[in-house]
Amino acid sequence: MQTYYPALFGGILIGLSALLLMFSIGRIAGISGISFTAIQSLTRRPKTSHWRWYFLAGLILATLITQFVFELPIPTIDRTSPVIIVAGLLVGFGTHLGSGCTSGHGICGISRLSIRSITATGIFMLVAMITVYITQYIV
Amino acid sequence: MLKNILVLFSGLLFGCGLIVSGMADVDNVIGFLDIFGNWQPNLILVMAGALVTTAIGYQFIFKKSKPLYSEHYHLPKKKQIDAPLVIGASCFGVGWGLVGYCPGPAIASLGNLDVQTLLFVFAMFFGMMVSHQLQKVAFNDEN
Repeated sequence: MQTYYPALFGGILIGLSALLLMFSIGRIAGISGISFTAIQSLTRRPKTSHWRWYFLAGLILATLITQFVFELPIPTIDRTSPVIIVAGLLVGFGTHLGSGCTSGHGICGISRLSIRSITATGIFMLVAMITVYITQYIV
Repeated sequence: MLKNILVLFSGLLFGCGLIVSGMADVDNVIGFLDIFGNWQPNLILVMAGALVTTAIGYQFIFKKSKPLYSEHYHLPKKKQIDAPLVIGASCFGVGWGLVGYCPGPAIASLGNLDVQTLLFVFAMFFGMMVSHQLQKVAFNDEN
């Protein structure tokens, strides 16, 4: 049972983050969109993406700080490099084409009752579950 | 300046939420997605906690005519379910199921300074650019 409390508490923190971003600058806390537009803005003028870099910095700082303070073991990913590359490509391609990921569609979109987000979240959750089934039990 | 500090803090909160909840740990995520096998359902509560908090909070926020530091709320205008949404979500699902990283945890985990995460994030940005270029071409064809 105790494993449920951190999950719930962490979820609430993510929700509060999304609220702070909407309250302060009126933006959806969608990580795929924020990160892609931030990268894209590197080659563009005028640069209007400063807030995105601050958000991403906070995101990465959270891990840096907890690693530094608690000296947790660095989690390793039990996958080969080709699998990691293919997965990264699919996640990037899919979240850009589908206009969002777990945060933008799954949290911000569903909580606004967006039909697009509800559909997208249903699809990527189901497809991810099927993918795990195939890779863990069939291949 | 306060604006940027608030946004930085929002990113910190998001990252802490991912770490505390277990979403940043790919083994946890794969366990959650493994509904046909050894299912670990606790990550449902991440989604539930975030959704309820956001859904309630948005109601109060949208009562204000505009955000603190912007002239209006920046919300998606598309309402229709179209092919890019369905195909994109499907591709994303396969990638998510293969490793257990979605964009948030992947970028937050850059703070672990490990090569695997870096590789994933590079590939992810490359995938985003491919989709971006494809959509540009498709869009020009229609005109």
